[in-house]
Amino acid sequence: MDQISLQQQEQGTSLWKDAWIKLSKNYLALFGLGILALLCVISILTPWIAPYGYEEQNLMLGATAPSLEHWLGTDIFGRDMLTRIMYGGRVSLTVGFIATAVALIIGVLWGAIAGFVGGRVDAVMMRIVDIMYALPFMIFIVLLMVVFGRNILLLFLAIGAVEWLTMARIVRSQVMSLRKQEFVEAAHSLGLSQWTIIRRHIIPNTLGPVIVYTTLTIPSVMLLEAFLSFLGLGIQPPQSSWGLLINYGVETMEEYPWLLIFPGITLSLTLFALNFLGDGLRDALDPRTSKD
Amino acid sequence: MWRFALNRLLQAVPVLIIVISATFMLVHSAPGGPFSADKAVPPEVIKALEAQYNLDQPLWKQYISYLGDVVQGDFGPSFKYSGRTVNELIAAGIPATAELALYAMMVALIIGVSAGVAAAMRPNTMRDYVPMSAAMLGICMPSFLLGPLLVLIFGIYLEWLPVSGWGDMPGDKIMPSITLGTGYAAYIARLSRGSMLEVLSQDYIRTARAKGLSEPVIIFKHAMRGGLIPVVAFLGPAFAGLLGGSFVVETIFQIPGLGRFYVQAAFNRDYTMILGMTIFFAALIILFNLLSDMLAIWLDPKLRQQARGNN
Repeated sequence: MDQISLQQQEQGTSLWKDAWIKLSKNYLALFGLGILALLCVISILTPWIAPYGYEEQNLMLGATAPSLEHWLGTDIFGRDMLTRIMYGGRVSLTVGFIATAVALIIGVLWGAIAGFVGGRVDAVMMRIVDIMYALPFMIFIVLLMVVFGRNILLLFLAIGAVEWLTMARIVRSQVMSLRKQEFVEAAHSLGLSQWTIIRRHIIPNTLGPVIVYTTLTIPSVMLLEAFLSFLGLGIQPPQSSWGLLINYGVETMEEYPWLLIFPGITLSLTLFALNFLGDGLRDALDPRTSKD
Repeated sequence: MWRFALNRLLQAVPVLIIVISATFMLVHSAPGGPFSADKAVPPEVIKALEAQYNLDQPLWKQYISYLGDVVQGDFGPSFKYSGRTVNELIAAGIPATAELALYAMMVALIIGVSAGVAAAMRPNTMRDYVPMSAAMLGICMPSFLLGPLLVLIFGIYLEWLPVSGWGDMPGDKIMPSITLGTGYAAYIARLSRGSMLEVLSQDYIRTARAKGLSEPVIIFKHAMRGGLIPVVAFLGPAFAGLLGGSFVVETIFQIPGLGRFYVQAAFNRDYTMILGMTIFFAALIILFNLLSDMLAIWLDPKLRQQARGNN
């Protein structure tokens, strides 16, 4: 292990290059990466490339099936579905990324401190994580949304606050095993400061599992948001997200099935892409673990 | 084993107290009182209502008395359904939710384990790829999408199954159970494939093969006992997920169960109901985590020794 780490120090990016080569042979993961990149670009450019305005209604038109003017049809207010899905994607992806970032920051800091300091601090911190694991968080988020109103910022924080636990566990176990490695001991004996050791040796070596788990957290966060929006407890109109569009689609699915099917396909495809990418990254960055 | 169970139950006490305190504080810090929606109500009526629900007391007194009631298993009266207690409402919702969760779990276990074991027996062949791709599909198809799609196809277009209800018409329990169970089936399939692959590469399986045991005996008697321990350990957390999933499934299929009551209570701002149900759910989840851990220990001699050593 220390051999590999030394080599890595010398050659800089060899681990990452290796991972990239492995990833580029995994077509499903590449497909996932491609879809994800495409969705991000579309979401960023939506205000300029959306075929219709977000608020644009056409009550005379009403709900129509997909056509040349409206590729994915229109909803009961005559609003273009493609436009609505594009704007909804902005919200869904933003929730996915920001809530994951919240989880990432809390989880990595918590796990790194617990693992690095160790001893009693570690015991207390991990006990807290254990206790929180036992709590019914889904229910807590519903409760939060009810008590404080359906605030999108709160939604980010609430979802992020739920998802950091596993991240903390992963980082802690990684840091614990790194702390005992000889190259860290060597760094200590060379008189490097605690902070330098964390920055130069601990953080780069925990990045792999963190990246993998982050990729797998994004779809579960997006799912949670869609779940809440579906129940009417997440994103509120006039804002829209894929979960909310599916919710509306269900109400009118008997007459206008495309209002359910298109947002549904978009959400599923995105979750697919993210999961395949996460699986691929796991295989690429950590050859020891099997596919699941 | 029993000491382990007792130990875990004792550990659950502080967790439950934290849950009760946190939810109580959260609900009571809500902006606007529980009766503020009814604007036309004269102040003396609100006072009377507040007296009835103990809301005129200082917060710490309310908290102490609520804690005392909860310890005795009394969640108090519902805010919205006057004359009914939270206990009655929870009791009314349990049968449907319990039945739904049981069927969904059966769907998940039967499909998940057989797919996972079949895939692990012939890894990297079509018999592995097909069920595992289906499992990925199941994971990426959330219940709030799968449910309506099933309703659309089998309920509305084909008219094979009733679109909603629970126990009113023959066959109306099929779609909700499948909707709720599919995601878990997919997860269990991946889980059991992984652990079965590991077990099948062990020496004792090779010994069994060398002894000339038949493949079914090797798989069912020797490999599955060890290979399914992760699945058993997953059952506890899965149960917590099933409760959350029941929110969606019970809403879609209009099933009068706990999940639908909880969502309705959330919309009605029925504070005592939310408080009571949250505590009830937390207790249930802790209990089921304990049960699935005990089952895993019972199945795995290695864990058994650890449990003995720790306690």
